[in-house]
Amino acid sequence: MEPSLASYLALSGILFTIGSVGVIFKRNAIGMFMCIELMLNAVNLTFVAFSRYYADVTGQLFVFMVMSVAAAEAAVGLGIIITFFRNRQSVDVDDASILKN
Amino acid sequence: MAEKVLFFLFAGLAIASAISMVYHKNPLYSAISLVGVFISLSCIYVTLAAPFIAAVQILIYAGAIMVLVVFVIMLLNLDEDKPLNSLRYLYALGGGLGIVLLAQTFFIFYAVLHAPNHDVNEAETVGKTLSIGAAMYTEYLLPVEIVGVLLLMAIIGGVILSRRLREPQLELVVDNELQKRNEAKEIGEYRTNF
Repeated sequence: MEPSLASYLALSGILFTIGSVGVIFKRNAIGMFMCIELMLNAVNLTFVAFSRYYADVTGQLFVFMVMSVAAAEAAVGLGIIITFFRNRQSVDVDDASILKN
Repeated sequence: MAEKVLFFLFAGLAIASAISMVYHKNPLYSAISLVGVFISLSCIYVTLAAPFIAAVQILIYAGAIMVLVVFVIMLLNLDEDKPLNSLRYLYALGGGLGIVLLAQTFFIFYAVLHAPNHDVNEAETVGKTLSIGAAMYTEYLLPVEIVGVLLLMAIIGGVILSRRLREPQLELVVDNELQKRNEAKEIGEYRTNF
């Protein structure tokens, strides 16, 4: 007996909630980045669960696309973080306030 | 029955690792916890009969992205996360957002649980590499090509961003340009030459 679709969706929703709360609570650019990865993974779980329960391969293709975009995001995002650190000696997003005044 | 036990085991592991990721102040501990989330999600994909996605999850997320993140953490030699000082209202905002999202999650759980049941065909082979590859190179060929171009752009962007801008330095270029414009203004020539 497999667990029902609802339990997979609940797990995905809980992971997404933890990720989005983490994005707000973390002040560290790398921590925020990791929380975004967690949210992407929660959505991937939803795709795979629906793909299983409706026997359609499209969901798994979409997961593949999401993973590629996450990899691209990792490359560019970490490049931005390194450049920011080089200019400010910190990865704290509160220090990114040059537009404020 | 065994599948249920496995699901609850790995679901608990994933949620515990996710909470530990948000809880820890040290970015390295957060990264290791995130690897735990990825591995437990990969095991859940196996129970969902999606072995290809499970393997790709380990390869791309735990293997490539997290190695990159840990590498950057080590390279920058980051210390502990500072607590919020100027943005205290974010605590209330984050708590409210979390409560709303959790309520939505429970609503979805309740609604889907009481929806008409959809039988799973046990003989389906949707998650096999063969069917994914066949779909990828016939029906979804254009999106796959677009993702390839996106990855190329990401490579170029990453190289350009993390390259040290040495010669000519950007400030010098800007100073030079401003000086040129001022000189042009003095002669009474308002044309800027780019």
